[in-house]
Amino acid sequence: MLTLALILIPLLATAIIFFGVSVNARKIALGAAVLNIAVAIAAIFTSGFSDFTLNVLSKPNINLALDIHQNGGISVVLLLLSVIVTLAAVLSGTCPKGREKLWYCSALLISAGAIGAFISTDLFFFFAFHELALIPTFLMIGILGRGDRKEVAWKVTVYLAFGSIVLLAGLLMIANQLGSFDMTQLTALSHHQNEIALLLIIGFGTLVSLFPFHSWAAPAYASAPAPVSMLHAGVLKKFGLYGLIVVGYKVVPDGMAHWLPLLLVLLLCNIIWVGLVTINQKRLDLMLGNSSVMHMGYIFLAIAALVDNGSSFATQAAVLLMFAHGISIAMSFCLADRIENKTGSLELNQLGGLAKNAPSLAFLFGLVGMASIGLPGLANFAGEIMVFFSGFEGWKPADDLGPVQIATIIAIWGVVISAVYMLRAFRNIFQGETVSRTEKVKPLSGDDKLPAIILGVILLIVGIYPQSILQFFN
Amino acid sequence: MNTYLLEFYVVGLGVIMLLWEAFASPKNKSKLALIGAGGLTIILALLIFGKDSADLNHVPDWLSRFYSTGGHSLFFKGFALVSTILVLLMSYDFRSILNKYTSNNNSSDNTGEFYTLPVFACAGLMWMASATDLVSIFVALELVTITFYVMVAFMRRNVGSLEAGVKYLILGALSTGFLVYGIAWMYGATGTTDLAKISNLELTSSYSLLFGLSLIIISLGFKVGAVPMQLWIPDVYQGAPTPITAFLSIASKAAGFGVAIVILQPFLASDAVSGNVLMILVIMAAATLLYGNLSALAQTNFKRLLAYSSIAHAGFLLLALSVSDFSTVKFYLATYLIMNFAGFFILNLVRVQDGSDEIDAFDGLGMRNPNLALALTITMAAMAGVPLTAGFLGKLFVFQSIVGTLPWIVVVIAFVAAAAGFYYYFKVIRAIYWHKPANEKPLTVPSISKYAIIILTAAIIVVGVYPKAIECLIGG
Repeated sequence: MLTLALILIPLLATAIIFFGVSVNARKIALGAAVLNIAVAIAAIFTSGFSDFTLNVLSKPNINLALDIHQNGGISVVLLLLSVIVTLAAVLSGTCPKGREKLWYCSALLISAGAIGAFISTDLFFFFAFHELALIPTFLMIGILGRGDRKEVAWKVTVYLAFGSIVLLAGLLMIANQLGSFDMTQLTALSHHQNEIALLLIIGFGTLVSLFPFHSWAAPAYASAPAPVSMLHAGVLKKFGLYGLIVVGYKVVPDGMAHWLPLLLVLLLCNIIWVGLVTINQKRLDLMLGNSSVMHMGYIFLAIAALVDNGSSFATQAAVLLMFAHGISIAMSFCLADRIENKTGSLELNQLGGLAKNAPSLAFLFGLVGMASIGLPGLANFAGEIMVFFSGFEGWKPADDLGPVQIATIIAIWGVVISAVYMLRAFRNIFQGETVSRTEKVKPLSGDDKLPAIILGVILLIVGIYPQSILQFFN
Repeated sequence: MNTYLLEFYVVGLGVIMLLWEAFASPKNKSKLALIGAGGLTIILALLIFGKDSADLNHVPDWLSRFYSTGGHSLFFKGFALVSTILVLLMSYDFRSILNKYTSNNNSSDNTGEFYTLPVFACAGLMWMASATDLVSIFVALELVTITFYVMVAFMRRNVGSLEAGVKYLILGALSTGFLVYGIAWMYGATGTTDLAKISNLELTSSYSLLFGLSLIIISLGFKVGAVPMQLWIPDVYQGAPTPITAFLSIASKAAGFGVAIVILQPFLASDAVSGNVLMILVIMAAATLLYGNLSALAQTNFKRLLAYSSIAHAGFLLLALSVSDFSTVKFYLATYLIMNFAGFFILNLVRVQDGSDEIDAFDGLGMRNPNLALALTITMAAMAGVPLTAGFLGKLFVFQSIVGTLPWIVVVIAFVAAAAGFYYYFKVIRAIYWHKPANEKPLTVPSISKYAIIILTAAIIVVGVYPKAIECLIGG
């Protein structure tokens, strides 16, 4: 039952906020987010409450089946990521006056959808919960977004609907062959592996902004209000990667191997091509959006290693990096929003010397910048190093380099690219002389700092002691 | 309770309403709608609670050749009753527009029949659900169609309504001609009009049989709005009074599919002709999907959008029909009823208060009435087929039954059609939230519409998450 509560708490809070008269939306959302963390921890560390099944249709057999301990701990890690980022997202950003209902309802709905997708053990609800989270994303970008919000929201909808439909086709072909929607019964298929694998790579890939279906992501994150960027880039986007690992690799391993060369080329495009695009960005939010697209390439690399050599720890590497990236990108968007709030601009060439007046902002941004470059001691490093090792697992110096090894070697250059754009952004924004926009900036208040501190502490803990996350894999 | 008596109760109710309207001359004729809805609710209760009685399936001898009972007919009878009740309730809230276009002084003097005719149409729909003989099918179908001719053109001072009436009359008569001609050929080829007998025959694939069958399929295509008989739909739906549009698009289409199941079942099951029937249906379905969805993309009028969307839905239903997945057809129709009525109730409300059917009229609804905007958002999401709403399940089951059984090109068309749906339904959602309202006046929702919309929207979610809720209706 506890697992059901994980979804019901945000949904009930949404209902209370939407229909309630003169309720304090922020307090209810905060309460729900904190309560959900408590429930998640209770569900993870106690046994016996962790699964829930309700038959919703007998023919075809569809169950609302939830279990956080499936998939050898992947779900547990992503669940933790979801509840933590949800709390930070509720605390972040500045809600426009009079729009509290929409603002907090959307954040909670996205959270409920993401959690539901990560803990469902039925293909139907696995897919359905993810879609549930897309509608508030669309609405929030369209209504409260910045810049060219309507165009961006439309673009996101078109891309994600396309990805979802392709994905649905793939999932249906799987369900038809296996004769059930039960995800615990997934086994390698006997027919059409190649076709299904392609559908899954395109479908899941579009949702994770795999090259060349990535161009929705950066504008969307730049335009969306902070909580939505944080939740989507940090949590919801991991759905596609999660799906490739727990569904794709299980049912169509040979099909994935068939498309491995294609996947390697695309993921290198993600890392190198999008990396170069990122260097070229003039606005901080677009830069962060593109960097998040770029970092997806590393996780795809872990999946490629898994498909190629069945690496024993590629899954753990991928999930650890998903966790680390989720926390760090959420923190980045949270701080970028504060920078815009303080200075009124995110144009890199209009800012400078911000560290003088807002030292804690500079420190926190520096921290997350280092994390996303992959500095040792912070969570992303642990994930990235494991990904690179997984690419070489089983390889002996006497062997020739295989495609995955070559891809890994090229991918490592991505770290350099990250360093270039991150450090340059930091220098442009925080160092040097103050400019007109940053002269009168006040330091961050406690409320402003809180979400970033929560996320930063987790980056440090996981970075110094990665076992805190890896322990969930059995 | 005997099932066959239900239709007589319905006709009786209609006659009483008609006489009362004529002789008691009530001042406010729109009250008739409430009386009709109340009466039909009692009959619906009889249907539901009488389902387990012992003499349920008893049919007297004089009727038994033409009349069947059982799960199929009960489902479609219930469907007809529920939709007629909702149509009557919607008509009540539509009364101000109706009065405006039927009399000089905005009085309800000339509107009495408008609230009575749906009851007769309902009886026809219920007979259609039970008809097992081509002749009884024809008679029941005509009762429905002729009633609709009057209802569509009822707003006689409105050019649109008259135009719709004429178009529907001419094309409807044409399709009737097809049906009768088809039945004649069918009789010539098989020697009987009794479908039970036809299903026992060893069918051979003769030209006369196939010709008759294709004529019948064409005329059924008119009923359900499938290509190539879809041309009437946009204009008639747009011109007809909104409650009648809802009636046409939901009850009439569902009855068409109910009859199509009964007529086509023997042919889809026979080895000799099933290949031909399948091919015709699949081609029709693919064309319908493409036509409905692609034409809907460019619409700026919400009523027309719903018309094209109803063509699009007919395409999905035809796909399920062609692979003989009749339970999916029923499931899809049940979800279609819920979400379409929700859409029409909201359209009806906006039409009455703002006097416009255009999508522009929904601009800024999110500001004017957030709860109504939420309901419309859920409805549009359901029609587009967003998961965890009722609309997704219907599409999912259709996809599930066609993936692997029909040629891949048809499957691709179906997926493209579903994707296109997102575009035009979300256009409405965009208007609700992104555009500035033309007038800031908050929309007030009359209580009947309010409760109907709340119940229907809640049903969209409940069925979407817990489809077992209507599974029992389809199995029963």
